[in-house]
Amino acid sequence: MIRRLVEKTGALIEEFFRYAGQLTILFAQTVTCAITPPFSGYRFLWQAKRVGPGSFFISSLVALFVGMIIALQMAYMMLKLSGEIYIPNVIAVSLTRELGPVLTALIVAGRIGAGITAEIGSMVVTEQVDALRAFAINPVRYLVVPRFLALAVMLPVLTVFAVLVGIFGGFLICYYKLGISHIMYWQMVVDSVGLKDIVTGLAKTVFFGMIIALVGCFEGLHVRGGADGVGRSTTLSVVRSFIMIIMFDCFFTFIFYFLFNA
Amino acid sequence: MIEIANLYKTFDKVQVLNGLNLTVRDGETKVIIGRSGAGKSVLLKSIVGIVAPDSGSIKVGGTEVVGLSEHAYNKVRKNIGLVFQGGALFDSLNVGENIGFVLDEFGRLLPEARRERVAHALSLVGMKGIEEMMPSQLSGGMRKRVSLARVLCMEPKILLYDEPTSEVDPITADAINSLMMEMHDKLKVTSIVVTHDMTTAFKIADSVAMFYHGQVIADGTPDEIRNSRHPVVQQFINGRAVGPVTEDESMKFGHVR
Ligand SMILES: Nc1ncnc2c1ncn2[C@@H]1O[C@H](COP(=O)(O)OP(=O)(O)O)[C@@H](O)[C@H]1O
Ligand SMILES: [Mg+2]
Repeated sequence: MIRRLVEKTGALIEEFFRYAGQLTILFAQTVTCAITPPFSGYRFLWQAKRVGPGSFFISSLVALFVGMIIALQMAYMMLKLSGEIYIPNVIAVSLTRELGPVLTALIVAGRIGAGITAEIGSMVVTEQVDALRAFAINPVRYLVVPRFLALAVMLPVLTVFAVLVGIFGGFLICYYKLGISHIMYWQMVVDSVGLKDIVTGLAKTVFFGMIIALVGCFEGLHVRGGADGVGRSTTLSVVRSFIMIIMFDCFFTFIFYFLFNA
Repeated sequence: MIEIANLYKTFDKVQVLNGLNLTVRDGETKVIIGRSGAGKSVLLKSIVGIVAPDSGSIKVGGTEVVGLSEHAYNKVRKNIGLVFQGGALFDSLNVGENIGFVLDEFGRLLPEARRERVAHALSLVGMKGIEEMMPSQLSGGMRKRVSLARVLCMEPKILLYDEPTSEVDPITADAINSLMMEMHDKLKVTSIVVTHDMTTAFKIADSVAMFYHGQVIADGTPDEIRNSRHPVVQQFINGRAVGPVTEDESMKFGHVR
C-alpha cells in the first residue's frame, strides 16, 4: 500500500520533470525562431488581435467584481478595527501584485490557451502541420512564435486594464457603501501602490503569457488520434497551464519577497 | 532519381515498411499500387521527411535524406511536391492563399505575377476563379484538386501524388491523368503516383510497383504487371475478393460464418 503510493508519486514526479523538459525544449526552439529572421509581423499582429480585444471584456468584468468583493470582505474586518481607511490600500496592492495578474492569466488560459490547443490540434489531425513541414516551413516558427509573442505582449496589457477596472470596482463599494470620499480613495490608491508592485506584477504576466502559449501549442502539437484526441488535449492544456501558472506565481512571489524584503 | 533501400518503419509494433526497396529514375512516372494500409502514404511521407524511418536509406538526387537535420532537409523539400491523400489544405487560409502559400513564404514575386501563377495553377486543375472560397466550402474532390494546384504552383522537380484521383468523378479523374502525363512529358518531372485506380495506373505509368506486407513484390512496366503470374498481383489488379491476399487470415473479411 505504502509502496504503491511511493511508486505512484515517483511516477508522477518523473512525468512532471519530463513534461517540464519538453516544454523547455519547445521554449528554446521558440526563442531561437523568434530572434532569427525571417520575421512575420503580420502573423504576430493577427494573433495579438485575437488575444487582446476578445479577452478584454471578460477579464475586466471579473476584475470589477473581484474589486468589489475585496472591498466588502475588507469592510467586514476593518470596520471592527475602525480601519476602513486602509481598505483602498489593500484593494490596490492585492490587485496589482497578485489577483490582477493571476486571475487574468487564468481567464486567458481558459479562453485563449484552450483555443490554441484546439486549433493546432485539429491542424495536426488533418495533416496541415505535416503539410507545413513538407513545404519546408518550420511549424514552430509558423505556429508557435506568433502566439508566444502575442500572449507575452498582450497579457500584461490586459492585466493593466483588469487591475484598473478592479480598483474602480473597489471604489464603487467604498464610495457608495462605506462613505469614503473619491478624493480620499484615489489618493490612498496612488500612495499605496509603488513602482515595485507594478513591476513585479507585470513581470509575472509576461511569463504567464509565455506559459499559456507554450503549453497550448505543445498540447496541440502532440495531439494523437482524431477529434477525441483534440478534446482530450484541450482539457489537458487548460489543466496544465492552470497548474503551471499557480506554481510559477508562488515561485515568483517567493523570489520577489527575498529580492525586495531581505 | 529516388533510391530507396531496405526501408523499415514500425508504428506501435505494426510493421508497416519491411525492408522496402524501390528506385525511381529521373523523369519516370512510377505508380504504386497496394491495399489500403499497405504503407503507401507512409512511404511518400518518409520521402519528404515527415515520417522518420526506423532504418534504411532514401536517396533523393544522390543525397541521403534519412537522418538529415530539419534545416538541411528543407533544401531537399523545396524540390519535392507532395499531394496529401486528404488534401491537407490550410483551413484558415482561402484557396488562393493556399495555392500561393509557398510563393508567399519563399517567393519574391510581385503581386500581379503571383496572382497569375495562382490563377494558372487553378485553371490547370479545372477550377478557375475560386480563389476567395474557403477550404471548408469545398467538396472532397475539389480539395484534392486545390491541393494538387498548390503543389504545381511551387514547380517541383519531383511530384508525389497520394491517390490524386480518388474522390473525384471519372471525367475529372481523366483530366488529372492527362495533367500528370503532361507534367511527365513536358516538364520531365519525376513522379510517384499512389493509386487504387487501375485505369489510371496503366494509363500514366512508366512502371508499376506493387506493395504487399511492407515490401515491393512486383515492379515492372504496365504490361509486365498486367501479365504477371504472381497470384497476389493478379488478384489485386483484377479486384477479386477471393484469392491469396484474402486467404491470409489477418485480412479476411466479408464472409458470414
Ligand atoms: N502516424 C501513424 N501512427 C500510427 N500508425 C500509423 C501512422 N501512419 C500510418 N500508420 C499505420 O501504417 C499503416 C499504413 O498506413 P498508410 O501508409 O496510410 O496506408 P496506405 O497504403 O493506405 O496509404 C496503417 O496500418 C496505419 O494504421
Ligand atoms: Mg494512403
